Amino acid sequence: MISSIVSRVKQKQIAQLIAKGIRLDGRKLTDYREIKIEAGIIERAEGSARVLLGKTQVLVGVKIEVGEPFPDVPDQGVLTVNAELVPLASPTFEPGPPDENSIELARVVDRGIRESKAIALEELCIKPGKKVFIIFIDVYVLNHDGNLIDASGLAALAALLNTKMYNYELENDEIVRKPGYTPLPIRNHPVAVTFGKINNQLVVDPWLEEEQVMDARLTITTDKNGNICAIQKGGSGYFTTQQILDATKIAKEKAEELRKLVVEP
Amino acid sequence: MPTFFEPKELVTPGDLLAEGNYMAGENAYCENKKVFAARIGLVEYDNRKVRVVALRAFYIPRIGDIVIGIVTEVGFNGWEVDINAPYTAVLRASDVLERGFRPQKNDLLSILDIGDLIVAKVAAYDRGSNPIIKISEPGLGKISRGQLIKVTPTKIPRIIGRKGSMITMIKRETNCRITLGQNGLIIVSGKNHEDERLAIMALRKIEEESHTSGLTDRIAEMIRKQKEGRKNV
Amino acid sequence: MSKPEKLLDKKGLRLDGRKLDELRPIKMEVGVLNNADGSAYLEQGKNKVLAAVYGPKEVHPKHLALADRAILRCRYHMAPFSVEERKSPAPSRREIELSKVIREALEPAVFLEYYPRTAIDIFIEILQADGGTRCAGITTAALALADAGVPMRDLVVACAAGKVDGKLALDLMDLEDKYGEADVPLAMMPGINAVTLLQMDGSLTLEEFQKAVKMAMEGCKQIYEMQKKALKAKYVAIKEEIQE
Repeated sequence: MISSIVSRVKQKQIAQLIAKGIRLDGRKLTDYREIKIEAGIIERAEGSARVLLGKTQVLVGVKIEVGEPFPDVPDQGVLTVNAELVPLASPTFEPGPPDENSIELARVVDRGIRESKAIALEELCIKPGKKVFIIFIDVYVLNHDGNLIDASGLAALAALLNTKMYNYELENDEIVRKPGYTPLPIRNHPVAVTFGKINNQLVVDPWLEEEQVMDARLTITTDKNGNICAIQKGGSGYFTTQQILDATKIAKEKAEELRKLVVEP
Repeated sequence: MPTFFEPKELVTPGDLLAEGNYMAGENAYCENKKVFAARIGLVEYDNRKVRVVALRAFYIPRIGDIVIGIVTEVGFNGWEVDINAPYTAVLRASDVLERGFRPQKNDLLSILDIGDLIVAKVAAYDRGSNPIIKISEPGLGKISRGQLIKVTPTKIPRIIGRKGSMITMIKRETNCRITLGQNGLIIVSGKNHEDERLAIMALRKIEEESHTSGLTDRIAEMIRKQKEGRKNV
Repeated sequence: MSKPEKLLDKKGLRLDGRKLDELRPIKMEVGVLNNADGSAYLEQGKNKVLAAVYGPKEVHPKHLALADRAILRCRYHMAPFSVEERKSPAPSRREIELSKVIREALEPAVFLEYYPRTAIDIFIEILQADGGTRCAGITTAALALADAGVPMRDLVVACAAGKVDGKLALDLMDLEDKYGEADVPLAMMPGINAVTLLQMDGSLTLEEFQKAVKMAMEGCKQIYEMQKKALKAKYVAIKEEIQE
């Protein structure tokens, strides 16, 4: 029930400790909080996963429907990512249509998956120009304790790796289900690493109170080959060029560590 | 005149605690000569009065309580303070400034700003309006250092202990200053981070195990073990 | 999924192997979310329900507040991936109606008059749906209210009964609700024998309806015992751990 304002005393403590290279919860500047990943927890969904990143909880469900392709890419499946900051996750989330935060969250997660070509969309074509598979990725934040982007990205990746499509045959332009399932063809494993800037220092995986104190946020998404496939700077502060370059190096390393948690658990 | 539970037994909302000539105390209610529990907690029978010591509850202000709060708004006549209760508390400028002085917002900002932590006393409260708090007594005012933790307000008596035995022991063993708010907010201020963390660990353990007995000994034991562990590092 | 040929087999057992008067397997856990003042999670068959409570807290905008009591606000919402065909996240008319009847099912239990000018917000998220989610939602929300320390007259518990293939059955799952003859969801405060939600769709004779109500109440009483256990579980476990 206490308001979400971080007291000045705490703000000072956070900043002072970071200047000394440690954080209020004992972590080093580049440490992630404890991560737990559970896949396949919503059987109704074609794929699903829940990630606990410290106390942040995100659930992702993947649903596959059949629909029309985009006219400019008639032989490709469609990917769409939506994020819900449901009110039960935080006293600051109001019910209603997606606000700019939930839209940004969805689009950053989307960018990582799309630009790394993680899903082989060419293999999701049923009848070119007419019928393709549509992959709905729904990000559901259940508890907000900071760094929703990284948690959502991990959950989305784990959910995709867990996703199965039913086998089918085309009979007179109608889809007829056949027994058995095929895993969704996944080609790449994008992982987002988010930094907060506090007291001119970069900290990885800011938790809620650090987020309320930071000047700006930088998310760098890399793929399994170490290439950068998406970047998003958020917040009204700024980064120096050196900080950005440092961040890309750290992001690549940390993404490798996180990727191992999802891809070979 | 039957009662239906053993003293200190765990009860949940709706449990029938007693039937007949009984009165409902805290966290219980009476209907048709039956006393029911209204919250989850431990039932206590005291002569004709039946009450529940709640394990899950929020703070409702009482006049005279010491509370800890965070300033959330600065107005022209005072400040709004979050004291972890359903109602925001009001700290009047007249309580802090000299009489006859006409307060301006800038002056107020320089005394207390949004995000400042304060220890205050509940001066007035009735159900019709927000609680009024004051800091114009010794020992009250702005807090400049320490860690803030939150526990269920009903556990504060357990943290104090009989005649203050529990809280005195923790303060002594961890070398920390601990300010307890009746509203469940606590400030722990030590010489170093380690001491503070130890005190917080002890407070959290009391919160978790407040419904059991032999707690003071177990807390003392835990602190001792932790300190030994530190020495060996 | 298309209509199954029969909802009851030759032995009178249902598609998931249950007897007519058998509840689906139920699991409950209290205090599962960190930010909410109170929370609970429930599984009932394939239903997965999460409920959270925030409050009592001051209402904004102020004109919504009531001078002499708290207002209860309730939002029943289904996740897009909770159903067979993905559902748009925007609230549907069904969700809006259910939000209302669920609020009205929980209101009689809460001592609203203790906290004038405040709001108590209840959020119910259906993570996976398989019929009877409004009942599961009410049961979970009651746990979240108790976990939040909101004083209540009694826990509210809900269960549905209905008619499938001509026979009265307890706790209908989705297929039975879709292709059966009637569904009667019911919520009550068992300690004071008060029914706080009652709806029906389908067709039943008066006698069948009476029997269905009785059946639903029996189901409620069983689930009520589980609610109490779930609320005490954490404390019981700690006590046992210490005694070792």
